[in-house]
Amino acid sequence: MVFDGEAAASLVKEMRLSFNSGKTRSYEWRISQVNAFLKMVVEQEDQIIEALRSDLAKPPLETVVYEIGMFKNSCEVILKELKQWMTPEKAKTSITTFPSSAEIVPEPLVLSLDPVVGAIAAGNAVVLKPSEISPASSALLAKLLAEYMDNSCVRVVEGAVDETTALLQQKWDKILYTGNGKVGRIVMAAAAKHLTPVTARRIISGKWGCNNGQACISPDYVITTKDFAPKLVDALKVELENCFGKNPLESVDLSRIVSSNHFARLTKFLDDDKVSGKIVYGGEKDESKLRIAPTLLLDVPRDSLIMTEEIFGPLLPIITVNKLEESFDFINEGTKPLAAYLFTNDNKFKEEFVKNVSAGGLLINDTVLHLVVHSLPFGGVGESGMGAYHGKFSFDAFTHRKAVLYRGFTGDASLRYPPYTDTKQKTMKALVAGDVTGVVRALFGWS
Amino acid sequence: MNNTGVEIEETVKELRQYFKTEKTRSVTWRKNQLQAILNLVHENEDAMSKALYQDLGKHPVEAYRDELGGLEKSAQTTLNCVEKWMAPTKSHIPLVFFPAKGEVLPEPLGVVLIFSSWNFPIMLALDPLIGAISAGNVVVIKPSDQAPACSSFLANTLPQYLDTNAVKVIEGSPRVASIVMTSAARNLTPVTLELGGKCPAIFDHLSNPSDFKMAVKRIVGAKWGTCSGQACIGIDYLLVEEKFSSEVIELLKKFIRKFYGENMIESRVLSRIVNKQHFERLCNLLKDPLVAASIVHGGSVDETNLFIEPTILLDPPLDAEIMTEEIFGPLLPVITVNKIQESIGFIKSRPKPLTIYAFTKDDTFKRKIVAETSSGSVVFNDTLVQVMLLLPHLIFML
Repeated sequence: MVFDGEAAASLVKEMRLSFNSGKTRSYEWRISQVNAFLKMVVEQEDQIIEALRSDLAKPPLETVVYEIGMFKNSCEVILKELKQWMTPEKAKTSITTFPSSAEIVPEPLVLSLDPVVGAIAAGNAVVLKPSEISPASSALLAKLLAEYMDNSCVRVVEGAVDETTALLQQKWDKILYTGNGKVGRIVMAAAAKHLTPVTARRIISGKWGCNNGQACISPDYVITTKDFAPKLVDALKVELENCFGKNPLESVDLSRIVSSNHFARLTKFLDDDKVSGKIVYGGEKDESKLRIAPTLLLDVPRDSLIMTEEIFGPLLPIITVNKLEESFDFINEGTKPLAAYLFTNDNKFKEEFVKNVSAGGLLINDTVLHLVVHSLPFGGVGESGMGAYHGKFSFDAFTHRKAVLYRGFTGDASLRYPPYTDTKQKTMKALVAGDVTGVVRALFGWS
Repeated sequence: MNNTGVEIEETVKELRQYFKTEKTRSVTWRKNQLQAILNLVHENEDAMSKALYQDLGKHPVEAYRDELGGLEKSAQTTLNCVEKWMAPTKSHIPLVFFPAKGEVLPEPLGVVLIFSSWNFPIMLALDPLIGAISAGNVVVIKPSDQAPACSSFLANTLPQYLDTNAVKVIEGSPRVASIVMTSAARNLTPVTLELGGKCPAIFDHLSNPSDFKMAVKRIVGAKWGTCSGQACIGIDYLLVEEKFSSEVIELLKKFIRKFYGENMIESRVLSRIVNKQHFERLCNLLKDPLVAASIVHGGSVDETNLFIEPTILLDPPLDAEIMTEEIFGPLLPVITVNKIQESIGFIKSRPKPLTIYAFTKDDTFKRKIVAETSSGSVVFNDTLVQVMLLLPHLIFML
């Protein structure tokens, strides 16, 4: 069956009817869906691991920690806090509008599992279109969500360009898109005077531990001083071997490249002699298995393709500067990244970094983890994206904060109505200035 | 100042460079600018009132109530709160990440573009400016060319008060506006759109006569007292139970006469229609014979002075343009329903409005309206007019 414009329109109509029935508004329904998600990831853990292994050769541990673990955490936060998030906020009203009370009522806007659970927590109906580039995961999501979730309000549409186009022709109340389109590059400035294995390992887990570099928050490149670069390269080499062994292409702990298109895209970066000449570690590839080994490059030309495009793969350029302060300009010259990481013990430098570097999120002395902290909003800025989510920020992203003002009929300020007199104007001015005597004087015609 | 694409590009480049110097980040700079806006508003009230009268025929008291007074309040509140708003908020980090601390740090976006519209041309330029500056941004304001006196006022006066490196006014034609909008989409620039829509007023039966009178007064004041109905939050149409409709219409007529007199052009209490194009648009809404037949009050127009009398219509056809497009003028359709609860279904079957007004004392009905409809905001038993002046805390956006 073809999913075309007509099918999309019909799906949206059905979802809107479900939404209009009011069922997604209740606290009970939202909790029931979040619980269904939790049940699903626990009961189907093996299937999920298998799908990700099939799509990406993702190591089971990575799946369990990053995908399942994080998602379970999101669900648990929602279960704990949803009641509070749903309570209308009282807003201050002023004496001049007495008697009245005001509140901001969180109201769902109709419309990957983390955004899906956020949207559900906010009481929306949701259609999920998973990436077709990971077909096993896409099929699994379609199957499991149909099995576990309330199908009248939560649906999956699989497919590629045609189906996406059909969906985008419909009217949605919100669209959350995670993906390419200048998702943004990650930048890292490493400065630690005493480089510990911990630092190197944190860099490694952020870069190659996440889908072998195919993650929006993986460090894209590193900036460090000329003096420090050799130490950094050595430390990374040692730790990389500890993590992935002498033959990383054979390592089961390394994900493969998702598709031959992306494999070609990545090898193209290395086609440039000026770039491939700078490889100081790694560089091995296996086209038949779509595998590329963790690769370090030292001081590639700044205008090469690998430095102007988002890498999204296991290649890590290291750029050296004379003084680390130069890294700010370097970063700010480019488009704003999704995340910027800094490794340093220098508190002053930390402050300068936070003050001067604009990015979706900043993380000092670690990588990637800010994604997992639900009290921090995750999102981009400028070219790296707009909007943010995670935790309550997800709830807010899918919510319209509706202002509601209740007034009564006791007392009315005639100064609102014509005829417009000088007295009325003077009284208004006094009210604005909070000048009670002025108000009295105006009303008595004394000013 | 006429602007070509090249000049505008230069201007934006200069602003971006200035933003990079980080002068706009300091709390001192922001407070100075906010104080400057306050001074501007205090010292130029007459000039602004004159410009508003020239562009829109807006009465100075209406101008103060709807634009200038609100600006003062907004600038003052922002001045008082900016330091608090700028401060990072600590985030609780779970134990599993020990040792760690987290915070959310408000950061200015950079170069902001503000388009203001012609119906509240001063307020809709300066109020967003207050917000953008308090957040530490540099700003370009593009005032509406349909309110030329106000546009000139802003272009001439803002440079006298504000940091000219950080705030610029670009005047120009609609062509300029669309160039800039296209580029926003191309450049992934986040946009806040304050649009409008057809804001309905649900009028439930109010048994207490003084409540009933007050409700009608408020409706009349809101419909015609704000730029002659040319306001995004103005009441577009009324929903009333059939059996009360004649009572409501009679009282509406009474208050229209009381507030605006018999000779409206001379009384100068009502704003005029902004320009010929909108005047013709509104006249066209009444051309449909079925619509014209539904007029129960008013309907006369004065083409020379661009004046349209407050006009009430009773049950015009629901598929006529007057009921499918935002009116944005002094025409008030009164739509009757059998039971007032049907208003909810009526509103839901149409695009989401900026505001829903409801006059009722029935608490169950109030809850239903809040829960079952969707809109930018909801107001019970009043109209939003004085909110601009006196309630800056209430979020006012769709």
